[in-house]
Amino acid sequence: MGATLWLAVAAVAVVSFILKAAGPALLGHRELPARSDRVISLLAPVLLAALVVTDVTGQHWNDLSWPPLAGLAATVGSRLLKAPALVAVAVGVIVTAGARLIT
Amino acid sequence: MAKDHQVRDGESGSASPRRRFLGGIRVGLGLAVAVFVLGLTFGALARSQGWGLVAPLVCSAVVFSSSAQFALATVLGGGGTVLSATVASGLINARFLTMGLAAAPSLRGGRWRRAVEGQAVVDGSWVAANLGGGRFDRERLFGATVVQYPAWVAGTALGLFLAPSAHQFEAFGLDLVFPAYFLVMLIDELRSSAQARYAAAISAVLAAGLVFVVSAGVALIGATAAALVGLTPFPRRAR
Repeated sequence: MGATLWLAVAAVAVVSFILKAAGPALLGHRELPARSDRVISLLAPVLLAALVVTDVTGQHWNDLSWPPLAGLAATVGSRLLKAPALVAVAVGVIVTAGARLIT
Repeated sequence: MAKDHQVRDGESGSASPRRRFLGGIRVGLGLAVAVFVLGLTFGALARSQGWGLVAPLVCSAVVFSSSAQFALATVLGGGGTVLSATVASGLINARFLTMGLAAAPSLRGGRWRRAVEGQAVVDGSWVAANLGGGRFDRERLFGATVVQYPAWVAGTALGLFLAPSAHQFEAFGLDLVFPAYFLVMLIDELRSSAQARYAAAISAVLAAGLVFVVSAGVALIGATAAALVGLTPFPRRAR
C-alpha cells in the first residue's frame, strides 16, 4: 500500500491543483464573454442541486434510503420556518438518526 | 444564510476588502462545521483502509477536497490502480474547471498568482462569493476558504483518532451534514430568480438520471449543463 498510496495522493493533489488553476491561469486578465455571465450566475443553484441529489442517491442509486430523505425534508421545513442554517442542518441530522433508530 | 445573502448584495462593491474578507470568514465558519464533520468521515475511512496516521493528514492538507479524497480512498480501497484513482478524482472535481473560469476575472496578478489564488475555490466558498451576474467577491472567497482549511485537516485528525465505524457515523445521522448544508445554500439561491429555480430543477433531474448509469463526478458535470438554460430567454426572469 505504501508507495502506491503516496503516489496516488501526489497525483490527485497535482490534478486538483491543475483543475482549480487552469481557468484563472489561462483566462488571465481577460473577461468572460457577456452571455456567459447569465450561465455562470446559474452555476451555483445548478451545482448545489446536483451535489445534493448525487450525495443522497449515491452511485447507481445505491445509497437511497428514506431516513436521509426525511432528514433533508426536516432541514427544508426548519429553514422555511426561518431557523438559522446550522440549526436547520442539526434538525436534519437528528431526524435522520431518529429515523434510522426506528428502522 | 438569507441574511448573509442580503448583506452580501448590500456590501458588494462598496465595502472595503477587509470587511468583505471578514464577511467571508463569517460564512466560512458555518461551512467549517460541515467540513469538520466531513473531515472526520474521511479520517475514519482512511484509517479503516490501513492508510496509517500520516498519509490521511498529508492528503487532506495537500488535496483539500472531500470529493477527490473520497474518490481516491474508494478506488484504492477497491483494489484500483493509481491511474484509475487519479482519473476518478479528476472527474469528480471536473466542476472546479468551470468554477475556476467563473471566478477567474475577479482574481489578481499574473498567471501563476492567479493559479494559486484559484486554489481557494471550494464548493461552499465559491457559492458564497458568487454575487450573481457573473460578479465574484475575491476577498469573500478567501475568507470563507481560510476557515474551512484548518477545519478540514482538524476533522481528519479527529477522525483518525476516534475512528468511528461507518455504522456509528450513520447511526448519528452525520452523513447528512453536508447534503443538508448544501440544501440550505440551495434554498437561498432558489429565491433569486425563476430561472434559477428552473435550472436547479433540470439539474436535479439530470443528476438523478445520470448517476443511475455513470459515476457521481460525470453526473455532476453532466448536470452542470442545466446552467446553459441561461442562454435562453425561458422562463422569463422575474422575481
